[in-house]
Amino acid sequence: MSLRYAIPLALFAALAIGLFAGLWLKPSELPSVLIDKPAPPFDLPPIAGLDVPGVSSQELQGQVTILNVFASWCIPCRAEHGELTKLMRDSDIKGRVHLFGVNYKDKPEDARAYLAELGNPYERIGADPGRLFINLGAYGVPETYLIDAHGRIRFRLPAPITPQDVDTTIKPVLRKLLAEAKS
Amino acid sequence: MTGEIGQFALILALALALVQGIVPLIGATRGSQPLMAIGSSAAIGQFAFIALAFGALIWASVTDDFSILAVVENSHTTKPLIYKIAGAWGNHEGSMILWVFILSLFGASVATFGARLPSALKARVLAVQGLVGVAFLTFILFTSDAFLRVLPPPDDGQGLNPILQDPGLAFHPPFLYLGYVGFSVVYAFAVAAMLEGRVDPAWARWVRPWTLAAWSALTVGIALGSWWAYYTLGWGGFWFWDPVENASLMPWLAGTALLHSAIVVEKRDALKSWTVLLAVLTFTLSLMGTFLVRSGVLTSVHAFANDPARGVFVLAILAVASGGALALYAARASTFERAGAFAPISREGALVLNNLLLTAACATVVMGTLYPLLLDAISHQKISVGPPYFNSTVLPILAPVAIAAAIAPLMSWKRSDFAVALRKLWIAALAALVMALAVFALHGGPWAAALGLAVGVWLVVGTLVELAERAKLFRGSIGDSLRRVGGLPRSAWGMTLAHGGLGVVILGIAASQGWHEENILLMAPGDSTVIGGRTIAFKDVGPLQGPNWRADHARMEIRNADGSLVGEVTPERRWYPVEQQATTQAAIHTSGFGDVYVVIGEPEGQAERHPGEPVDPKARWVVRLYVNPLQPWIWFGAIVMALGGVLSLTDRRLRVGAPSRKAVPGAHPAPAE
Repeated sequence: MSLRYAIPLALFAALAIGLFAGLWLKPSELPSVLIDKPAPPFDLPPIAGLDVPGVSSQELQGQVTILNVFASWCIPCRAEHGELTKLMRDSDIKGRVHLFGVNYKDKPEDARAYLAELGNPYERIGADPGRLFINLGAYGVPETYLIDAHGRIRFRLPAPITPQDVDTTIKPVLRKLLAEAKS
Repeated sequence: MTGEIGQFALILALALALVQGIVPLIGATRGSQPLMAIGSSAAIGQFAFIALAFGALIWASVTDDFSILAVVENSHTTKPLIYKIAGAWGNHEGSMILWVFILSLFGASVATFGARLPSALKARVLAVQGLVGVAFLTFILFTSDAFLRVLPPPDDGQGLNPILQDPGLAFHPPFLYLGYVGFSVVYAFAVAAMLEGRVDPAWARWVRPWTLAAWSALTVGIALGSWWAYYTLGWGGFWFWDPVENASLMPWLAGTALLHSAIVVEKRDALKSWTVLLAVLTFTLSLMGTFLVRSGVLTSVHAFANDPARGVFVLAILAVASGGALALYAARASTFERAGAFAPISREGALVLNNLLLTAACATVVMGTLYPLLLDAISHQKISVGPPYFNSTVLPILAPVAIAAAIAPLMSWKRSDFAVALRKLWIAALAALVMALAVFALHGGPWAAALGLAVGVWLVVGTLVELAERAKLFRGSIGDSLRRVGGLPRSAWGMTLAHGGLGVVILGIAASQGWHEENILLMAPGDSTVIGGRTIAFKDVGPLQGPNWRADHARMEIRNADGSLVGEVTPERRWYPVEQQATTQAAIHTSGFGDVYVVIGEPEGQAERHPGEPVDPKARWVVRLYVNPLQPWIWFGAIVMALGGVLSLTDRRLRVGAPSRKAVPGAHPAPAE
């Protein structure tokens, strides 16, 4: 047995270890390039026929905000809606963090029916025909952004919110942002 | 019942695969003919049961059996019949059944057509195939059950991703798997040869038809995939260096190298350990492709539902199959001593160069594909490697392959004169030069595309020169030349077609990348615009109802500069209400020398509207136009290459079987490949 014929085996072993390590990573969890950068400027009108004001990037200043992109036609949005509502009733969060909605590519009547059916946890909702979505670098609905008191995006969740997300990331990040805002 | 029949058939197939994997090996060691013969029966039985399971899955999908989860998740009563059939393999579970179906098809083929193989070799090949079958059937039964029941069954299914509702789904995966999985036979031959400790020209000849079959199918599969991407994704490109595309390209590059190095084993009894290694590596890359697609370690447009348990399982299969074969290689390769010596400037030398370059290109693609994953694993940095890396690294490595492909067939075995070979190619060199200069004179660049055209012309003309050489054209009577051409072995024609086809592909890629024109604009019905010397007039747009979609259906006229009508195209934007997704149906008008590619988007300012709904007749629409010169040549050339492989497969020498293993290699006149 000549050692040189074992080189392919050695290389393969290294590769297999790398692939095994790779299995436990989550490639879909892409950090946003906008992390720690100001949210892109926008000014979205309210949903027609709904008594909730629209939202612009100015309203992100001076407070901790959750910006949630949703649509009535998006099934995962329905799934996370309960989570979002529960989060906003949490004693740590209620009255201290503001929830703004971005209603992405939706028909006003569908959006109104969706909120009438599931309840409206949003303080403000802007109707987005697609521009803000692109500027945020979003690649699906729903997506959630946590924004600090200076209007900077600090965390992005490009997926529906699960109870686990709330406990492991969303609440701790919000607490940190609230603490920063106080000091 | 259907689901249980399918499930039970898979379990029986697994039992037979175990028999096929163990009994013939024992038989081959003991020299027992009856035990070895069991391998063939088991392989055919395994195929029959997997075919039954595959049939049961398709039946469940066609009959809308919504008690089966895979059907619920991927079908719907309104889906057209062809997609109910093809949709059976449009998901992870179903596609794995297609995978093992093709694996067992190859096993049964070896059992049926391998009558001339020495019984011990055949038994070992079938046993290795059987063990691969055991691995994948276990994978299906334990992690990817296609026949899971749902109780109570829903009234209707969730539909199939509209992008998959395309004839491409019916053909692209089967061909791709014929290629991927076909290399398992080559792998089995390599492992069997290492177990026997014997690699010789006869072995190379026995492997050749399987390599050719797998390679041809993979060529067609890749070409179909890229064509599908071209016309459905709606942005005019045909290759995106997506990890999953790379997963199919890597075994193709290794398999192409293998086809060439096996010739050296067959004709010259040299490069033996290298060829065995390539055979193992090619199937390793096929398995790695399966791993990358199924485990979710890379982000890709070809996302299957991902599950780490599946990833671990496929990785374990990969580790055992490739790790085991490579360990065997480490132990045995030194015994495959080199017999035939040759000078660097020779046919063998040229084939070694081909192998070095193709392997380097393959390694470059592997690096680019896995680098983001490995970097993330080591340092948690997220990067992505895109087309600029691949274009600037892989193409410069492959260009010399194409240049050498014209020269090598003109070189003789053992020792050759480079200058003599080059002198015969003066006309190809002249044609390439004229091409490059003409392109610069007309368009003034880009230089890379002009170079690409020159390489393509060089290869096509050079291949024809080689054919003319064989026919002794202009050196005897025309009749004599025709007789010679007619008398050429099919493998020679196969090489001519494959090399010529590659030249055509290169011309298509160079021209379509170098001189395509595109424009994105807003057009209302009645408007017209000029692109690439043609006028595109937007006639009208209206709703269209399909079986399970509705669409905005536009009509556009293409006219030449002189006003003569070229044709009418009808781009669509479809809305699939069940899946709540829109798709783009690009309209392509092809003249054979180029495509006009038209895509219609949304009407201006109506982002919330779904296609097929009423719209203001004066609305302006987003229209994207591309003119891609020589684009269809890419697929035409690829099909010609695959035809070359198939023609070579029918060569007489592969049917009459190899000479006895004692024959002196090279004693018979060796036709060039």
